[in-house]
Amino acid sequence: MTSAIPLEAVLVVAGALFCIGLFGALSRRNMVGILMGVELMLNAVNINLVAFWRYLEPRYISGQTFAIFIICVAAAEAAVGLAMVIAIYRNWLTVNADTVDSLKG
Amino acid sequence: MPTVIQIIFGLIAALIVGAAVMVVMVRNVIHAALWLIACFFGVGALYLLLEAEFLAVVQVLVYVGAISILILFAIMLTRQVTGEGVRQLVGGWRLWLISAISLLLFAAVIVPTVATHPWTITAPPGPPGTPEPLAGVAELGRGFVYEFLLQFQVAGILLTVALIGAIVIAFEERARRRRVLTLAEEYELRKRLAQRPGSDTPAGEALPAPRAAPISEGESQR
Repeated sequence: MTSAIPLEAVLVVAGALFCIGLFGALSRRNMVGILMGVELMLNAVNINLVAFWRYLEPRYISGQTFAIFIICVAAAEAAVGLAMVIAIYRNWLTVNADTVDSLKG
Repeated sequence: MPTVIQIIFGLIAALIVGAAVMVVMVRNVIHAALWLIACFFGVGALYLLLEAEFLAVVQVLVYVGAISILILFAIMLTRQVTGEGVRQLVGGWRLWLISAISLLLFAAVIVPTVATHPWTITAPPGPPGTPEPLAGVAELGRGFVYEFLLQFQVAGILLTVALIGAIVIAFEERARRRRVLTLAEEYELRKRLAQRPGSDTPAGEALPAPRAAPISEGESQR
């Protein structure tokens, strides 16, 4: 498996996914869309971790453990973020991130 | 055999990148969430290809099973403002700036760094053809109860705090605005309203209507 696919190919896929997620998180106006972009970026990071584990340190479990903790934190982030989206929607009747600017001076 | 693996990898990579592009580009947010599910499945397949079976299962369980459903619920709860005709991306120079940043980050930073860095990939010991010593699920479970025990507990606390926090954030307004009457209070209220002189409306209709949820408000606006 490691001889068939070079490590660089996996890393480039993860990098592309990260850049697409960054574009989505920055360019979407919908707050749920922003959260989707963040999820894509977290997935890219996880692919990187698993690839490094598989190619560089396959005998140790640190890479997989780190990936599982990132999935855990991503789940917590998604739950709190979407709860905030719903709370903001109740107060402002919008999910557009540009119009929620009451902290702007 | 390597050719088959390469073809599978190419298909999975195309699925991941294509689905991710659809997630950020498509106008309808529900469709974006469905493409996000496809992207998560592709990432899970990539984990399977990288021989991280437990992570693939966790990916399907957590991302496809939980986070996608959360996102779909959030879209549905806010659905009258996430329609088809609404402009979904920022406009003007900001879009060009963000596109330039993302493309430059990929083409000028990530790809050259990945391509030029000398990775020290150690060959598996023994004669070629022997299976590599690979950390499996058993080692992972042992690590969670010995080596990473503290981190494991902290992750559990984090999940609990996030759960409670999500409930508090999402239900705060509702708890403040709408008070649920007890049966005795409601009975008293109905009796008082029925005894009020000159009121010809039935007592049940004269009750103060509980505050409607935002969804039904939106439906009445339509």
